[in-house]
Amino acid sequence: MEPRRLENQKANRTRQKAKGRHFLFFKEGKEKVSSALLIFEICLLPFDFSFFFVLLVSSWFIFSPSLTVAADDLRWGADSEGGAPFVFSKPDNPRELIGFEVDLVNALGRELNRRPTFVQNQWDGLIPGLQRGNYHIAMNGLEITPERQRVINFTIPYYATVEQLAVRAGTTGINSLADLKGKVAGALKFSLAHTLLEKAGGIEVRTYDSQVSCLDDLIFGRLDAALMELPVAVYYVKPNPKLQFAGEPFEPVLYGIGVRQQDQALLAQLNDALRTLMKSGELRGIYEKWNIWNKDTEKLFVELVGAPQSTPATSPANSTQAYEDFTKVITNKPTWGERLRRYWSYLPFLLFQGAPMTLLISILGMIVAMAVGLVLALTNLYGPRPLVWLSRSYIEVIRGTPLLIQLYLIFYGLPSVGIKLTPLVAAVVGLGLNYAAYEAENYRAGIQSIPRGQMEAALSLGMTRAQSLRHVIVPQALRLVIPPVTNDFIALFKDSSIVSVITMVELTKVYGQLATAYYDYIGVGILTAAIYFLLGLPFVKLARYAEKRLATDQRTPVPAKRRWFGVK
Amino acid sequence: MATIISVTDLSKSFSDSLALNRINFTVEKAELIAIIGPSGCGKSTLLRCLNGLELLDEGSVQIGDVNLERHHGEQPPDFQQRLRALREEVGMVFQSFNLFPHLTALENAIKAPMVVRKMKRAEAEEKARVYLEKVGLGNRMHHYPSQLSGGQQQRAAIARALTMSPKVMLYDEPTSALDPGLVGEVLSIMRQLDDEGMTQVVVTHEMRFAREVADRIIFLQQGELVESAPPEELFTAPRDDRTREFLKDFL
Repeated sequence: MEPRRLENQKANRTRQKAKGRHFLFFKEGKEKVSSALLIFEICLLPFDFSFFFVLLVSSWFIFSPSLTVAADDLRWGADSEGGAPFVFSKPDNPRELIGFEVDLVNALGRELNRRPTFVQNQWDGLIPGLQRGNYHIAMNGLEITPERQRVINFTIPYYATVEQLAVRAGTTGINSLADLKGKVAGALKFSLAHTLLEKAGGIEVRTYDSQVSCLDDLIFGRLDAALMELPVAVYYVKPNPKLQFAGEPFEPVLYGIGVRQQDQALLAQLNDALRTLMKSGELRGIYEKWNIWNKDTEKLFVELVGAPQSTPATSPANSTQAYEDFTKVITNKPTWGERLRRYWSYLPFLLFQGAPMTLLISILGMIVAMAVGLVLALTNLYGPRPLVWLSRSYIEVIRGTPLLIQLYLIFYGLPSVGIKLTPLVAAVVGLGLNYAAYEAENYRAGIQSIPRGQMEAALSLGMTRAQSLRHVIVPQALRLVIPPVTNDFIALFKDSSIVSVITMVELTKVYGQLATAYYDYIGVGILTAAIYFLLGLPFVKLARYAEKRLATDQRTPVPAKRRWFGVK
Repeated sequence: MATIISVTDLSKSFSDSLALNRINFTVEKAELIAIIGPSGCGKSTLLRCLNGLELLDEGSVQIGDVNLERHHGEQPPDFQQRLRALREEVGMVFQSFNLFPHLTALENAIKAPMVVRKMKRAEAEEKARVYLEKVGLGNRMHHYPSQLSGGQQQRAAIARALTMSPKVMLYDEPTSALDPGLVGEVLSIMRQLDDEGMTQVVVTHEMRFAREVADRIIFLQQGELVESAPPEELFTAPRDDRTREFLKDFL
């Protein structure tokens, strides 16, 4: 009796071991393999559950009505990384956005009886995002220009300002655009300042995604001058002892709120609301609070709504409160203790707002990449001629074109053919389809390195080609490709930061927001890099572990006790 | 005696060279046939043609009820199905074992019955155990191929083939990759199977084994079937000069 029981226990243990392994990589199949679906079937093998989960999740996102928002919502597109005084993170509480446009949109929402909702969007993509229908209005210091008026409508101007040149403190001889001939100047990408520099001719123009980095380059000496609108200069040049204004302001600029061409009713409502706010003096109050009230805007208001009936109630003593708060933060040199305390307070923001999105995008993206990659690799190796050609071309085209442009096409291009993906789905699909091309080549290498005798042995046992691939070749190849696939996952993990261009707020975007708030790129940058590193580490460990566990053909001595993923 | 394999006018060529030229022979049930000949004579190709790992260009191979027939490279529309039906009945053992390295000896044996014959795991395991014990690997079932010696691996490969309950076993130089000391353990299993009435076709260089165990020996040279005779006749009184020349060291 005794020996038999022992043997049963042993058998049970074997079964457990087997189960543990299948859980991670492949599932024993008693499923029917129809030869028609062969490649598709094989591809599902490592993803039995996860793949369907992804399909489920993504179809939910695709069909969910998240973009057709309730009518009482006023979705407002702007870039929180743009900086002061427009929209920026409150220094001591980065979750809260402040700025004169935040105040303005709140006032507008009240007038329109709609609840304003902030939608994060890269500044240079504000107009495509508006056309795509991501938000109802675009307001983020958008200058009214004829080029833009061709594609969207603008409300009446809500603010008038001028362009201002800035140089390093102590610089002489630069007082106008004419003095910049043969010199290097910078501006915000696609801004009016950018256009003006280009038009001036003879100037080497550099453009930036954010005003702050443009001014940083000026301080570092990579630029001789920077051109920007006066409010920006007031906030970032004036309080900074390393910078100074150069010459007189020039070139009047008008800001308008961007609205889609079909939204005529909304346009009219916004114009009415703006007039009301101008008349009541509330808008002037907002500008004074932010210290950007000026003669041009005053003239603009008179043109639009006539002379003010009364002067606003704000007293000069507290009128520029917001501006003073800001300059205090900018000019204050924090001690190390203060800095560390600040970084500590950023941690939850980075970890709970940025990191989960980065992880979600990377993991879902990688699952898509691995599944699609396996399909591509198998078609490439075993498919009929036309499909081979197709998968080959896919791999070459996708590998050979920039991810950034692919993302733009998926997010902004597909809606024109009726496919409107949410940012998350677009990010996952974009990254997944891009990395699929690389995974396909990994798998192909892995499959081709399995000796021919393996296929012959499987065939000679009566298996079909598909069954042989599924049960014999692919499981062996998967183990071989763990190191390069892990490599790609880590790369994808970091590449995921690129999806901020399609409005995703993930780790790098959060970093940008926090960095602009205190004008501190280095400290927050190191902190963010460390978080990336630490988040990636467990995956590397897991891959190494799986690799070791699956390396059955390199195990030489018989271990006394074998453990499978912790199952003894 | 019932004929189980019959090969008719089988020809096969590789790009420019003729590998097999109009081969004809039959195998009776429970026979052990040894195929011998100098290197490159086409004996492995002939064996591989028997289970379709190489496709014959011309002629037919009939094993049991299944017929593989091709003329001028043309084949009947259901050729693939026939091929698979034939392979289910024919076990193959390779020179380099070709065990699946990611599976244990037991898993190697149960894979095909479960996938191809849709056998339940428990049933397949029960069956595999019988054969693994038969080849003397009862205490090595849960070892991976890398943990087995060459002789043990080849025995596991034989058990794997047997678990599919084939009517015919084919061996492609089953002992050529083994250390001399390990050859015996593999040959003795074939001897045992022969005693139990298994039909076996063996491509081999083991002349002593062929002479002692084979019911008939087929001698191939340059793609031609030169002579087919019982071992005593072939070794003592070969009819063809080429056979005599090849066997002169063993006579």
